[in-house]
Amino acid sequence: MKVWFWPIVIGLLSAVGLLSGLLYDGLGDAVSWLALLVPVVLAVWYGWVRNHAADDSRA
Amino acid sequence: MHLRTWVFIHKWTSLVCTIFLLMLCLTGLPLVFHEEIEQLSGVVEAPPMPEGTANVSLDKIVQSALAAQPNKVVRYMFWDEEEHPNITIVSMASKVDAPPDEFWTVAIDSRTAKVLDQPNDQGFMAVMLQLHKDMYAGLPGQLFLGLMGLLLVIAVISGVVVYKPFMRKQDFGTVRKQKGRGVKWLDMHNLLGIVTVVWLTVVGATGIINTLDPIVLAVWQGDQLADMVKPYKNAPPMKDNGSVQAAYITAEKTAPDMGVRLIAFPGTAFADPHHYTAFMKGNTPLTARLLRPVLVDAQTGALTDTREMPWYVKALFVSQPLHFGDYGGLPLKIVWALLDILTIIILGSGLYLWAKKYLRHREAQGILADAEAEEAQRAGVLQQ
Repeated sequence: MKVWFWPIVIGLLSAVGLLSGLLYDGLGDAVSWLALLVPVVLAVWYGWVRNHAADDSRA
Repeated sequence: MHLRTWVFIHKWTSLVCTIFLLMLCLTGLPLVFHEEIEQLSGVVEAPPMPEGTANVSLDKIVQSALAAQPNKVVRYMFWDEEEHPNITIVSMASKVDAPPDEFWTVAIDSRTAKVLDQPNDQGFMAVMLQLHKDMYAGLPGQLFLGLMGLLLVIAVISGVVVYKPFMRKQDFGTVRKQKGRGVKWLDMHNLLGIVTVVWLTVVGATGIINTLDPIVLAVWQGDQLADMVKPYKNAPPMKDNGSVQAAYITAEKTAPDMGVRLIAFPGTAFADPHHYTAFMKGNTPLTARLLRPVLVDAQTGALTDTREMPWYVKALFVSQPLHFGDYGGLPLKIVWALLDILTIIILGSGLYLWAKKYLRHREAQGILADAEAEEAQRAGVLQQ
């Protein structure tokens, strides 16, 4: 379960993002791009920004 | 299934489709912004006129198009008031049943019937589109790319399955940057792959559906369209088309809460030889995509039939925006492009891990051995 918690949250957010812009204008569009920006932000944060030796401590 | 089987599936489905997926991602990147790029590169705009200037009859617009291209016929007229206000786009061809990839576009001012432009130069964007759609290989190329899309979806699913054993001992988002390039790019591949999984599956699956559009069209022609025009089966051929303006007015009356998006002329792929077909769009983001056909007798201008599209056409219509990312303004397109770039990095890192033979790495071998031991144990428990 530990492995899947965040992937499921991100997956649900992506689904909300994909649908809200299609179903609603205005606010729906804003929700759409904010929700789909989450995977991008997480990828950039964990993949490129965060860069401490501490990252290796659990590995 | 054994973990090794899933790893095998992930490796080979990915390897086969990666080079095509890289091409699709690279050509797709400018295509996401095609409207903005066209605007910047100077697509024609209708000159300003007093607010509320009336439109001329569509029959006048047909005359203008034919005057500009006397050896061609009109096949379609369409409108996009948001992107190209006050412009009627007329799509012409040498004959009405010419192949779909033969077309000549004429942009006409809806209020004056003046020809504004004939934008038919095969520029950069046309090359991108053709590569992305079928690699210049027609229907076989298109269906081949659909098959590559199917491999992508299988690669994504198997990738999710193999994600777990490789992440069991790590927190979400861990990227071990100090343990050598191979381990770092494994973690990156896992991270980027898992955060984009829903988006990539949807874009992949809707891309597959889009590759089936000629098939969807053929089924609709034989099914709903044929059924709607049944009473005209033995009607004598028309000498020439009647008023398209009359057809437009009938279509607007038939679906008063919708707008005309496109009119297909008699004898084209979207109408039989006796009808104009008006495709109506609704006024919500979703219903604007779910076009509704209104068939108007081309001679009399009277309504013949209108129906809701069958499910398989609706599936295609909904797949288009979900693949193109063109339904939430420029911010959504930017997000779409960023996710596209992440996909390129996933493809590249996957290729790198394969080239570096990561699966022979001590860590990968350990994970696979653990999984095998567990699988053997589970099998033992089941047998008892």
